[in-house]
Amino acid sequence: MTQLLVDGVSRQFPGRRGAGPTRALEPTTIAVEKNDFITVLGPSGCGKSTLLRIVAGLDRPTTGRVMLDGREVKGPGADRGMVFQSYTLFPWLTVAENIAFGLAERGMPEKERAEIVADYVQKVGLKGFEHHWPKQLSGGMQQRTAIARALANDPEILLLDEPFGALDTQTRGLMQEMLLAIWEREKKTVMFVTHDIEEAIFLASRVVVMTARPGRIKTEIAVDLPHPRDYHMKTTAAFSELKARLTEEIRAEAVLAATEH
Amino acid sequence: MKPLEPVGNTAKIVLGILFFVLLFAGWSFATFGGFVSKTFLADPLTMLHDGWELFVRYDFLHDIGMTIWRVVGGFVLAALVAVPLGIAMGAYKPIEAFFEPFVSFARYLPASAFIPLLILWAGTGEVQKLLVIFIGSVFQIVLMVAVSIGATRRDLVEAAYTLGAGDRGIVARVMLPANAPEIAEILRLVLGWAWTYVIVAELIGASSGIGHMIVDSQALLATGQIIFGIIVIGVIGLVSDFLFKAANHRLFPWKFA
Repeated sequence: MTQLLVDGVSRQFPGRRGAGPTRALEPTTIAVEKNDFITVLGPSGCGKSTLLRIVAGLDRPTTGRVMLDGREVKGPGADRGMVFQSYTLFPWLTVAENIAFGLAERGMPEKERAEIVADYVQKVGLKGFEHHWPKQLSGGMQQRTAIARALANDPEILLLDEPFGALDTQTRGLMQEMLLAIWEREKKTVMFVTHDIEEAIFLASRVVVMTARPGRIKTEIAVDLPHPRDYHMKTTAAFSELKARLTEEIRAEAVLAATEH
Repeated sequence: MKPLEPVGNTAKIVLGILFFVLLFAGWSFATFGGFVSKTFLADPLTMLHDGWELFVRYDFLHDIGMTIWRVVGGFVLAALVAVPLGIAMGAYKPIEAFFEPFVSFARYLPASAFIPLLILWAGTGEVQKLLVIFIGSVFQIVLMVAVSIGATRRDLVEAAYTLGAGDRGIVARVMLPANAPEIAEILRLVLGWAWTYVIVAELIGASSGIGHMIVDSQALLATGQIIFGIIVIGVIGLVSDFLFKAANHRLFPWKFA
């Protein structure tokens, strides 16, 4: 069953100071099945973040529309949880209060909230840090809290915009495994944007490859690696083969993007 | 010394005190040495003696109390009007477009220039004094609060939207707490300015207050009293600043953690 349908969505940013408008995203169509995990892979500036922001309702498409469960997306809402690349925890709230933000906004009673928060604190491995302020946490811990905050709200779909982009390689690997473990257990529809090929393969059941600006879908590759996956997966022959294929696809686009500027 | 190299704690305190020691030394040298006429500048000991006299013979505590009450009264009134308006302007652009040109203009009107007009309207009583402080503070607070609210981190606002926050939730649960320390800092700053307005207000048409005492002392050529009054104002300012900072640390632990 298709849960999310990106239907011919394009985005043009108006030109400034006489320059022509910038085409960030060519008309793009993607259908995401319920409980599917797709990654959108592309070079920097290919419009993949713009696409995700449009799905989140934080940006409006120039043409086309986004349908979630058959309803058109008009603006941001609690049914689409989002994790940003930048650290967006509310600095004046503790870890627990951050995770409870959406629940409190909905008016959920304190007691129920506390139960859900405790559950997610444990799932993302932040036990003992509930009462810390965000600035006391490492980048990895902040992003784990951000994931917990988005998931605690029980959204229909989870959107992630290069959430591990600012983390070091080792931390990134651990975070990927954590996210994947949560997904394998809870089954959620996930759309994950990244420029990291290994990350795109490791997490996804389907990789959508985008071209350099203006972005459009170049190809889609199914990832038939078995679940549960852990870091050993990254050294298997099947993984390497996918990686080689995607490297070719992306490299051509990266070269284009690099020579254009 | 190297640029930006931190200074040790002891050295910092010693250096801070050293300035005052040198200041007093220079002052003493000029006055006790007879280089400056006593009529124009009292020496430090006369100043202290005059200050003591002020308290025991002229009920200076009452003057200090009056001045503090005027500053705090006018300032609190200004804050009660200006903070909500500033928040509304920062959050909602049409409201900002409506008020901003006027407030920007009014901000440059010197509060002291209103004193003659305010005396005509409100007499020389307390209302007039409060109004001077009010006019001097309110526009400054409005503009600075509006700027601070308007500069709320966009990604935090977007994150709140994706968590289901409505427009009211954005203002009340993101913009307000995010900028609360900044607003407290603005109030601390403007309170300092309010202190200059109150003295000016008391120089004209007042029968009590530190400013009034200073004008009286000028007629008597009591420079010791004038200097003592100025020092008292400085000390009160320093204390209120300290209290504000301490309160901020308590109120916003996340900022200072």
